[in-house]
Amino acid sequence: MNSSEVTEEVLAPGQTYASVTDKITSLVLTKNFKPGWLLLISVSLLIVGLLLFAIANVLIRGVGIWGINIPVAWGFAIVNFVFWIGIGHAGTLISAFLLLLHQQWRTSINRFAEAMTLFAVACAGLFPLLHLGRPIYFYWIAPYPNTMSIWPNFRSPLVWDFFAVSTYLTVSLLFWYVGLIPDLATMREHARNRFARTIYGILALGWRGSATHWERYENAYRLLAGLAAPLVISVHTVVSLDFAAGIVPGWHSTIFPPYFVAGAIFSGFAMVLTLAIPLRRIYALEALITRRHLDCMAKLLLATSLMVAYGYTMEIFLAGFYSGDIYEHYMQFDRALGHYGYVFWVVLACNVLIPQALWSPSVRKNEALLFSIAILVNVGMWAERFMIVVQSLHREFMPSKWHDYHATFWDWATFIGSMGLFLFLFLMFIRVLPMISMSEVRKLVHEKSAEPHATAAGE
Amino acid sequence: MSLTHDGPDAIRHRLAPLRGRQYWRSLDELAQTPEFESLLQREFPREASVLDSIGRRSFLKVMGASLALAGLSGCGEPAKHLVPYVATPPDLVQGKPQYFTTAITLGGVATGVMVESNMGRPTKIEGNPSHPGSLGATDIFSQAAILSLYDPERSQAVLNRNAVSTWSRFLESLEAILADPTAARGQGIRILTEAVTSPTLAAQLNAFLARYPDAKWHQYEPVNRDNARAGAELAFGADATPLYHFDRADVIVALDADFLSSVPGNLRYIRDFSARRRVRDGRSTMNRLYAFESNFSLTGSVADHRWPVRSSLIKTLAWQLAARLRIAGASEHHVENNAVIPDHDLDAIVADLQKHRGGCLVLAGAAQPPIVHALAHAMNAALGNVGSTVNCIGPIEEAPVSHADSIRALASDLHAGTVGTLLVIGGDPVYTAPADLDFEAAFQKAATRIHMGLYRNATAALSHWHIPQSHELETWSDTRAFDGTVTIQQPLILPLYGGRSTLELLAWMNGARSVSSYELVREQWRAQLGSDFERAWRQALSDGVVPATQRKVIATTMRNPLANGETMATQPAGLEINFLPDPTVWDGRFVNNAWLQELPKPLTKLTWDNAVLISPATAAKLGLVNGDSVEVTCNTRRVTGAVWILPGHAADALTLHLGYGQSQAGRVGLGTGFNAYSIRTTNALDVAAGAQLRKTGASYPLACTQEHFSMEGRDLVVEAPLEEFSRDPEFLRKRVEAAPATSLYPEKKYEGHAWGMVIDTGACTGCSACVIACQSENNIPVVGKEQVLNSREMHWIRVDRYFSGDLENPEASVQPVPCMHCENAPCELVCPVQATTHSGEGLNEMTYNRCIGTRYCSNNCPYKVRRFNFLEYSALNDPALRLRANPEVTVRERGVMEKCTYCVQRISRARIGSEIEHRALRDGEITPACAQACPSEAIVFGDINDAASRVAKLKASPLNYGLLEELNTRPRTTYLARIRNPNPEIKDVAETRV
Amino acid sequence: MAPEDLYGLVAEFESVEAILSAAKRAHDAGYRRIEAYTPFPVDGLTDALGKPPSRLQNFVLCCGLFGASTGFLMQYYLAKFDYPINVGGRPLNSWPAFIPVTFEMTILFAALGAVLGMLVANRLPMPYHPLFNVPEFSRAQRDHFFLCIEKLDPKFDAIATRAFTESLGAVSVHEVPA
Repeated sequence: MNSSEVTEEVLAPGQTYASVTDKITSLVLTKNFKPGWLLLISVSLLIVGLLLFAIANVLIRGVGIWGINIPVAWGFAIVNFVFWIGIGHAGTLISAFLLLLHQQWRTSINRFAEAMTLFAVACAGLFPLLHLGRPIYFYWIAPYPNTMSIWPNFRSPLVWDFFAVSTYLTVSLLFWYVGLIPDLATMREHARNRFARTIYGILALGWRGSATHWERYENAYRLLAGLAAPLVISVHTVVSLDFAAGIVPGWHSTIFPPYFVAGAIFSGFAMVLTLAIPLRRIYALEALITRRHLDCMAKLLLATSLMVAYGYTMEIFLAGFYSGDIYEHYMQFDRALGHYGYVFWVVLACNVLIPQALWSPSVRKNEALLFSIAILVNVGMWAERFMIVVQSLHREFMPSKWHDYHATFWDWATFIGSMGLFLFLFLMFIRVLPMISMSEVRKLVHEKSAEPHATAAGE
Repeated sequence: MSLTHDGPDAIRHRLAPLRGRQYWRSLDELAQTPEFESLLQREFPREASVLDSIGRRSFLKVMGASLALAGLSGCGEPAKHLVPYVATPPDLVQGKPQYFTTAITLGGVATGVMVESNMGRPTKIEGNPSHPGSLGATDIFSQAAILSLYDPERSQAVLNRNAVSTWSRFLESLEAILADPTAARGQGIRILTEAVTSPTLAAQLNAFLARYPDAKWHQYEPVNRDNARAGAELAFGADATPLYHFDRADVIVALDADFLSSVPGNLRYIRDFSARRRVRDGRSTMNRLYAFESNFSLTGSVADHRWPVRSSLIKTLAWQLAARLRIAGASEHHVENNAVIPDHDLDAIVADLQKHRGGCLVLAGAAQPPIVHALAHAMNAALGNVGSTVNCIGPIEEAPVSHADSIRALASDLHAGTVGTLLVIGGDPVYTAPADLDFEAAFQKAATRIHMGLYRNATAALSHWHIPQSHELETWSDTRAFDGTVTIQQPLILPLYGGRSTLELLAWMNGARSVSSYELVREQWRAQLGSDFERAWRQALSDGVVPATQRKVIATTMRNPLANGETMATQPAGLEINFLPDPTVWDGRFVNNAWLQELPKPLTKLTWDNAVLISPATAAKLGLVNGDSVEVTCNTRRVTGAVWILPGHAADALTLHLGYGQSQAGRVGLGTGFNAYSIRTTNALDVAAGAQLRKTGASYPLACTQEHFSMEGRDLVVEAPLEEFSRDPEFLRKRVEAAPATSLYPEKKYEGHAWGMVIDTGACTGCSACVIACQSENNIPVVGKEQVLNSREMHWIRVDRYFSGDLENPEASVQPVPCMHCENAPCELVCPVQATTHSGEGLNEMTYNRCIGTRYCSNNCPYKVRRFNFLEYSALNDPALRLRANPEVTVRERGVMEKCTYCVQRISRARIGSEIEHRALRDGEITPACAQACPSEAIVFGDINDAASRVAKLKASPLNYGLLEELNTRPRTTYLARIRNPNPEIKDVAETRV
Repeated sequence: MAPEDLYGLVAEFESVEAILSAAKRAHDAGYRRIEAYTPFPVDGLTDALGKPPSRLQNFVLCCGLFGASTGFLMQYYLAKFDYPINVGGRPLNSWPAFIPVTFEMTILFAALGAVLGMLVANRLPMPYHPLFNVPEFSRAQRDHFFLCIEKLDPKFDAIATRAFTESLGAVSVHEVPA
């Protein structure tokens, strides 16, 4: 595949319908397991064990085992929630926005990006449940007729959250599954093992690829994309309103919605890169996930980093100087130089400074560098959420109730555990489902063949 | 460990087949068995960490056993009293509380109270309006007494050499002692009591002494009035107690006198003092307080001028004041080059005093040497205050003695081995006696040692016999208020843990073998209550005071206090130690009271520990920070404690609070603080010079509820000097940013009642009685030190304390903060499940059952008044403590948010009452627990829609402002700005400090 | 094979161009019950087959509008009539606060409409289809393109149609058993 190493195309030359199909199906329809995969899955299972242990403890003993207190009544749980939700956004963005914008390069990465979205949202969903004082009653947030004859408070951003996140999860799932149907049919046809055939067969719903079906299918898919695009914006807007609707200095800011969405996409792309770079190596997918893909995502990472930087600047300007509000003043001052000052500087370094390296094409071409930048951005974005949630709360209006927050073992266990869960789900996905959309790549092969310089498809 | 688990069950199993008298006998036998011995060890565990839930659980198991044990000492009262009502008594309406008057004493001095009783369970203590020492208010100690009553760790069984025995066995051995022919005149018999103000008890004691002339009666209170007593003798040649009339005093000079918190009658004094500070209802003047003190006290925090002065220099200061006031003898000795504070300040104070002849006061603190008290008397006489602002009455103690001398005499007798039988009634001399008396060793020289007390304390552990004493709320007695007024103490409940009445024990010793305390008290008063005894008796019980029993004012003739060649103190060298009673556990008697342990101490806001208090300058000099563990050495005696830096504390001085570090206590008190008694000696009971401080390098976590003491330039407590206020009554509006006038949404109208509260920061002294009252009324759990360290305390009302100005001599501002009940409540808006919503009368209500615990409301509460049950805190209460719970208030479970409700249960009760009587609610009919307890009447509650109500009037005052008004939360709780009255002649204290 | 147990004839092609022209010619030849099967969506194929365009978007729009009205009316009714209570001094109908939920409901209903609508219109799921009996047909999910003329087509004639299909330049023609 050396030739593809240097290609700037979204698809290496010499690919045919058959070759891409066989390549992608073979990754799944093989009896043997890659040692790397086995290693990772066992690690992830260990961490999931830790997560279950932590969850059991918090359910039995109560959220008091975490570091939260009054005034800092929200800690890691909410930080992680926002972090994971944010991760999800890149997946939807790739599959929806780029589809609408006819970006060819989305084709071979949208499938696992969407999977990433799903699993990220699943992880995110854990935390709002666990952080409740009485988790058994979580469903009281939903409006359902009940013997208390009482309803949720639709003025509360948490209720908006409930609707936004559950809608987001549903739509992402539909989007992902609809995209999978034709490939499931392909799997059905390629699977040798009877059991696999049956399962894929059931999931494929008897897809035959008739022209009329394809036409409606594409129509529905485009409509879904058109709906997912505003949805993804709304979701992180609502998440940002959890804070912006509050009166806490450091939360109560009109810039939050756009700044959160940008941050979400930023962290999301960082995560896509974090996953894509090792994937294409381990599964020798350089022909399908090419340098071109990495380059495009690097550029998007840079762009969103600049948006986030703008968000920071405006917030500091508005809160710190323009507002003339002594509480905001103090919050800004404390944010940079207070007890959690180091977090602020980590955030600036990881999210603003370091991504600037992506201006240089050589950095964008260097997978190792790209990977480490992506990791740092993940760290930076988590730190940003910590800064917003914890730092804002620990120095509020009444100096008499100022208090610092210190995460306990259980806070860390739940956070790390959620990463394990994410890894586990993702590994299971790449083992049992085609991690690249075959029907779309075939279409891409056809389109490329239509272009004069490319090699003809078929044969 | 296994025994802890199966012990109680095993015993119950043994007891199962036994009934009646046989029951007791076989328990006697049972008491000898080894596993029972070890079970006892566990009933009074020594090495247990405070309130850790795991240990707690096993502890509860043991409690089960101790309930079984309670029977052991219970052979007095027949069981028929304890069966539930078959026919309800006529005066009791089920579910409706009854109120009984009685008194709670501290160091013998009574505070008259009304105890609320629900179906026979006393649940809440309120002040008795007709009692001179209460006027309807309460202090933290009388509020918290109800918890001690139910404390399951109170002594529950007669112990013989620390093994369970029985009352009858004890009486047998006592009989033997008293009947001993070789000691027919009571040779070698000693009785040690605390300060006795009970006429009946004194009568019994005197009767005993009459019967056994060679027996001796000693009295010892670790915190006593020895100095005042000696001072009075120095001044008048006779013991006398000054009674102050702050309602007539315009200028007050407090020489290390914390008259607002730690003197008898402080509730009365707070009321009078703060009444004279209110500039409203036409009053445009207020009193002025100058305070000199070493520790930063409540009195200092409300003073208009305060100088941090080492205790040893107060004498010099008094002297200089006296000299300027031409007190005979003072001027001769007057030394110029010995300035404690700048001369022109002294001159200004003296001028101020002289301007208010007959309307001023000079007070000397209990910790000051007699000469200072004498000089204070002399100055008051010279200023013509006697008869107007101060009167002297005879001491209220029945047999006033010097407590220090008394215990010293006892100790020497003990060492000399001349004491055969020592009967200790109340107190804990082994723990509290001055260290140089080596009382622990001395005590064990007595052949027979009997201790009667509420707790199995250090003294009990070394005694042959320990008798559980009945709590004040469990028995009949009588006692005196600070002015001598007598209150008959009546029991609210039969002894819960088989406690014994002191009166009955003494009567038994006097030969009256089966007389009840009830009869004893009645006999005591039969003569004095005149012809129609029964009527007078009932009247006395319902009023809570016995008429015309206060001590008469005595005419005093001033001598020259300096006659016997007193000389002036010179600048002392090195560090000096002040020994003071702890603000919450006092001399140690409340160490096992969890409410008082968790109550933030007024100025330091520390809980669960005492600390070595030092000034910032001294800390800087010695390189110490908060929590540093230091070894305090005072001539060869050492104690190790943690440092706490208190701005405004005098430099080169330490304050050590007594009462902590007890080796014998319940699980609440064990392992808290350090024992300051261990370096307190008879020659320096109050102030010890020449102490050294050594940093051990270790550090100790101190649980403080307010780590940040600066207001950060925010208008939280608004203060202004009197002249600014009189110059511009509207000054407040220029300072406080008002709420925006216009809103996106239409204004919400409240028809009918609209409850609101006004808190007068000018009147509040920060005594924190409101906090305990609220805790008692609303079943607020105690969470323990670990939780407080993570800022999870549950108090619904907290008293914020801020320092401003110079670090070495700051001004302190206090501010009680309950829920603001905002009309535009930010907390309600964000609750996803409508668990917190607004009532039609404007209350911000919590629906506990609906709360799912997102804690969003707390984040969005700018005042941070919401409290969250992070863990199952209510489970920390022992079953016994559940008896105390207020039946009208829900106990909250884990994961639920809670907060101040304006005592909604009281609002409902009053409303129901008014509806039954077909009338409208009257202003003042509803009083929340905090307001009811407040001695300075700083908290006023009522209907702001009723223009005639007190609260509406106060809200109309130009001093009225809302906390963080600019957030447009429209708080229903508002504050009155604090007006100070500094002397314009005196420049900023900070600049002129020497 | 006897005509009665025949579903139709299916021709196998190797390129997009081939299937497109074949489809066009079949339609021009008057065949109506024809259908093309491809491994990926081929633009213009439905036109070539003379199939009407999908009208899914109208349905989705209705679903969206339904979601929006349900979302808002639910909140309005519950907050103003069913459980009217003073929350933070805000009016019972705090409509600005009701917008987020309304929006999410719109998206949710529309998305469900799109997917379910597509499946229903496509008669999916359909576990069995005669075409699956043709072994070669599995390549329709890989790299080959198929054109099927059903026996029910009025113009269908076992001999003539077979001749016609072979004339389309198919790699091969298979009978599809019913």
